This record gives sequence, C-alpha cells and structure tokens, in this order.
Amino acid sequence: MTFNWRQLALYGIIAAAGIAAPFVFPAYTLQITVMWVMILFAVTWDILGGQMGYNSLGNIFFFGVGMYTSAIVQIGLVYDVAKYASPVGGIKAVFTQEQYFTGLVLGFIAAALVCVMFSVILAYIVFGLRGPYFAIGTLGVTLSAGELTGAWEYVGGGGGIPMPVFPGEPDDRSLLFYFLGFGLAVITFLFVKWMFSGRFGLAANAIRDDEEKAEGMGIRTMRVKTTGFAVAAFFLGMSGALFGNMIGFVEPLEVAFPTVTFGIFMVIMCLLGGKGTLWGPVLGATLFHAFKEVTWTYMLGWQWVMLGSLIIILVVFFQQGLVGWMQEKWPEMFGIEIDEGTVAVALAGPEIDEGPRRGGAVQ
Amino acid sequence: MTAMITVKDVSKAFGGVIANNKISLEVPEGRVTGLIGPNGSGKTTLFNSIVGYHPIDEGSIKFEGVEISDFRVPKIARLGLLRTFQQTRIYSKMNCVNNMLISVNHRSERFVDLFRDYPSELTDKAEQLLDFVGLYSKRKLISGDLSFGQQKLLEFAMALMNEPRMLLLDEPTAGINPTLINGLIDRLRRAATEMGVTLFVIEHNMPVIMNLADNIYCLANGRLLAHGTPEKIQNDERVINAYLGGHYLVEEED
Repeated sequence: MTFNWRQLALYGIIAAAGIAAPFVFPAYTLQITVMWVMILFAVTWDILGGQMGYNSLGNIFFFGVGMYTSAIVQIGLVYDVAKYASPVGGIKAVFTQEQYFTGLVLGFIAAALVCVMFSVILAYIVFGLRGPYFAIGTLGVTLSAGELTGAWEYVGGGGGIPMPVFPGEPDDRSLLFYFLGFGLAVITFLFVKWMFSGRFGLAANAIRDDEEKAEGMGIRTMRVKTTGFAVAAFFLGMSGALFGNMIGFVEPLEVAFPTVTFGIFMVIMCLLGGKGTLWGPVLGATLFHAFKEVTWTYMLGWQWVMLGSLIIILVVFFQQGLVGWMQEKWPEMFGIEIDEGTVAVALAGPEIDEGPRRGGAVQ
Repeated sequence: MTAMITVKDVSKAFGGVIANNKISLEVPEGRVTGLIGPNGSGKTTLFNSIVGYHPIDEGSIKFEGVEISDFRVPKIARLGLLRTFQQTRIYSKMNCVNNMLISVNHRSERFVDLFRDYPSELTDKAEQLLDFVGLYSKRKLISGDLSFGQQKLLEFAMALMNEPRMLLLDEPTAGINPTLINGLIDRLRRAATEMGVTLFVIEHNMPVIMNLADNIYCLANGRLLAHGTPEKIQNDERVINAYLGGHYLVEEED
C-alpha cells in the first residue's frame, strides 16, 4: 500500500477526537465509550457477514461468553464465585487496588482466549450451514446460551452477578473504561484492516462470491472461515469483559446475551454503513449510535418504531449502504475501474462475444 | 506414455437412475482427451465423480497412481486436478487480477501464509496469463461485468494460474462466439503442449473436439460406447446412431 497523506490525516483526526472526547464532553463519556464498542461490534461482524457472506445473528454470543469469563476470573481470583454470587448469605466483597487490576488484566486475557476456544468448536458445527440456515443456527446458539446461563446457579443464574467494584474515584473509572474501549476499537480496526490486506481478504471474498468454486480451486475454506470467526470472537470476548466491568453488573438476557438489541444492532450498523467495506461498519456504527441516542432521548416511547422504520428503509431502498453507495457513485475514489471503453485484445482478432451476462437470461 | 487418470469400473446411480455404469477409461499424460455423448449420457456425472464432488458407488479412480475416489473436492484440487464448470463460475465481485491471485495453488500453503501478501511475481504471472487469454486490458475490471465469453476465458486463465497437472473442461466452447472458437482451441492446445497440462474435455461441438483431441471416449446411456482416435470415432456406426437418437436401439440390445 502506498503512503497516503489523506489517509494519515484521517487517522490523525480520529485519534485526536478519540483522545479529546471524554475531556470535551465529560457528561457523555459513557455514551461515547458505548459508541466505540458499537464500532468494534460492526467491524467484527463484517469479517463474516460482509466479507465472507456468512450472515451471523449470533456473534453476540462471544460478547456474553467474554463477559461471564472475565467475571468468573476476576471474582474467582479472590473469592469463591458460588458464594459470592449467592443471593442468600452472600459475602461482603472488597477488592484491593492490586486485586482489582490483576483481575481485570487476567479477565480480559481469559475472555479472549475462552472465546477463541468456543469459536473453533462452534465453527465445526455452524459452518455446515449455509445462507439463512446459518443465520438461524447461530441465533439459536446465542438464545440457548442466554437461557442456559440463566439456569447456572454458580454464576448467580437469572439474578445475575455484580462485578468487582472499582477501587477509586468514579471519574477515573469512566476514563479508564473509555480508553480501554477506544483502544480496543482502534486495535480491532487496524488488525482487521491488516488481515484483509493480504491473502485472507481475497480468500474471504472468494468464499462470499462462490464457495463451491473456491473449494474446487483448492482453497482451505474451513480454515479461512474458522480464522475469521476466531478473530471476531477474540475481540468480541474482550469487548464483553470491558462492557461487564463498565456496567458493573452481569445478567444473562439483557446484559450478556442481548440478542434483540446489540445482536441485531451489529447487523444493522453494517448494512447502514455498507457491508463488505473497510470503513462502512465504522461509519454505520457511528451514525447508528447517534441515531439511537437521539431517538432514545427525544422520542422516548417511539424509539423502537423509529428503529424499525430505519431497518425497513435500509433493507428496501438502500441495500448497499453508505460506503457501498459512494463506491458506486465515485468508484475512482476507491480504486475501482469500471471503464468499458478499452477494447479487449480479442483472441483471434474479432471482437469478443457479448453473450448473456451472468445472472441474466439463460445458460 | 503413462496414464494420468485411470478410471476403472466406476458406477454412480442417483436413486433409480444409473448415470454411470461400469465405466473404465484412461487419460494419457500430456495429451488432450475428449469425452462426448448425447445429453444425459453421464459425462458431467463422470467429471463430478473424478473431482470428488460426490462419492462413487463402486469402482476405482486413480490420479497419477494415487487412489482418489475417497477424497473430497479441495484435497483433489490440491493434488493438481482441477475442473472448470459448464456454467461459468468466477468470483464475480472481485476484479480480474484478484480472481487470478486467489487462484494460485494452495498445495504447500501454511496457516501463516493467510496473513501474507502476494509477491509481485505472482501479479506479473496473473497479468501474463490474462494476456494469454486476451483479457489483459480488462484486468482491473470487476469480473462480473465481463461478457459471458470473457468470463469463460477468465475461468480458463484462473485454472492455468493454479498450475494444475490436469484440467477437466466441461464444454469450454459453449456460449462462445463461433469466431472466437479457433482462438480458444489454439489456447487449449498451447496449454497442453507448452505448459504440460493434461486436458480432459467434454464437448458437444464435433468439429472442435475432432480438431482438438488426440483420442476420444464416447458415452451413451451411462455406458462407454466407443473409444479411439477422432477418425475412428467419426466413422463408428454406434456413435453415429447414438447422436442420431439410435441409442434406444443400444438399450434394447442388453
């Protein structure tokens, strides 16, 4: 890739805005942190959903698994988890600064690793499914994970489990989680960008365009799909650990496995921004989050109606998303050539046949 | 002259329909072998059996001496045995060069290679091959925007990019402008002679296959009907009958 000043300026502006935001708008620190998490959601969903054509409705599974893993590790380092989570005869839990931060670091690492492990096992089950069956299959995994966790007394069952309390000032707490969220989103974006710049990107796109052909050409499709799934799981697991600690309370259905909110939002954000593009998910997540916060604040009671309308408009009129639309309108900006003017050096001299196009008439 | 592929007594049935009935044939290395027969005679089924698209009911398929009848498609492809499709299949939302790059062979690819870039030699090779099939000027275009004939040429170039030992071509000239066919035959011949790729070709266009192939197998009703040089096949009465609809007579002889 060539050195690009415009790109560098863009990254500089985003980095500066990201660092300055919690100091300029201290009242909105939590909302902006959630926005970074949303960007992470969209970018990781797009690995499979956009670039590989596997529309997962269950990626939020890894968010929940990461959240619970970090909870168990952070609490389990100091106390007995079952006793800590028990609603009756509970223990008064205090975490020293050292205990808290050791737990936080180990919790993040464990969340990422456990999620990768789960993703590899799940890959062997769900990647046998195609198209809508894959979407429903992954949705089923997440729904059942939520229900199963609700029945698991060790982690407090449906009643949930409080996270260790931050040993310090509330302002420091929100700044810590803000920068964790910001850093995580940036690292995720840069990693995915790097990953798709090499062979992996082409292999993923080949699977999206024609998986059977890709297999026929000898591409190890299962390896590519599992790798993509595991990368998404890795970052989603850490985002779960972050979110659980930030909210301070982990509960199965609303917080850890929120299928109908975050689980669907990540799909809508990619559709809005343009799936299968690098910046689409980022743009989509930012706009969607702003839209959501505005409707939730000023149109309370109508927020789900507004959200539903947005989904309908997107699906019916605007399937390619913002960046997809921009690529169609100004292809040269994205390095895409659509010039039909050049005449092909036809084989034996005469012009190449303009027969029926793919997807057109008969073949 | 060694056999690249040895098919022995291969049968395949779909429910009650016997698509291939005890077919035995050999494809010699470095040559062009043709496979002809009326519609529904089991040509594509045989291709699918060879490349591992579905398991066979009985018989043996050996590729360079290795039994491959139990292998699945990707593994066989990595051995160097590729097929192109009757209905052209390319990666339609990617540009031509990327279509070519992702088609390099994956024989010795390791996990870390997924995260590497392609060396510039490969881009050069991709462009050379696109030039070979006459698509160089279209190399940056999205492949789905090409005409059907051009897509067919791209698919052929993608197969060559893979550096296969052997290529199974399912009707390479179907849907291609007649004026282009001579050029295509020339390209196919050069792939065999200059690049050392053994070709096994299904073709309905008789002048094409008679011109291209060194020897020809003819199927009818799932059985092997005849085998020989193009001249021999052209004058074989059973083959003429099969193409004129006389294959019902063949069935009655059983």
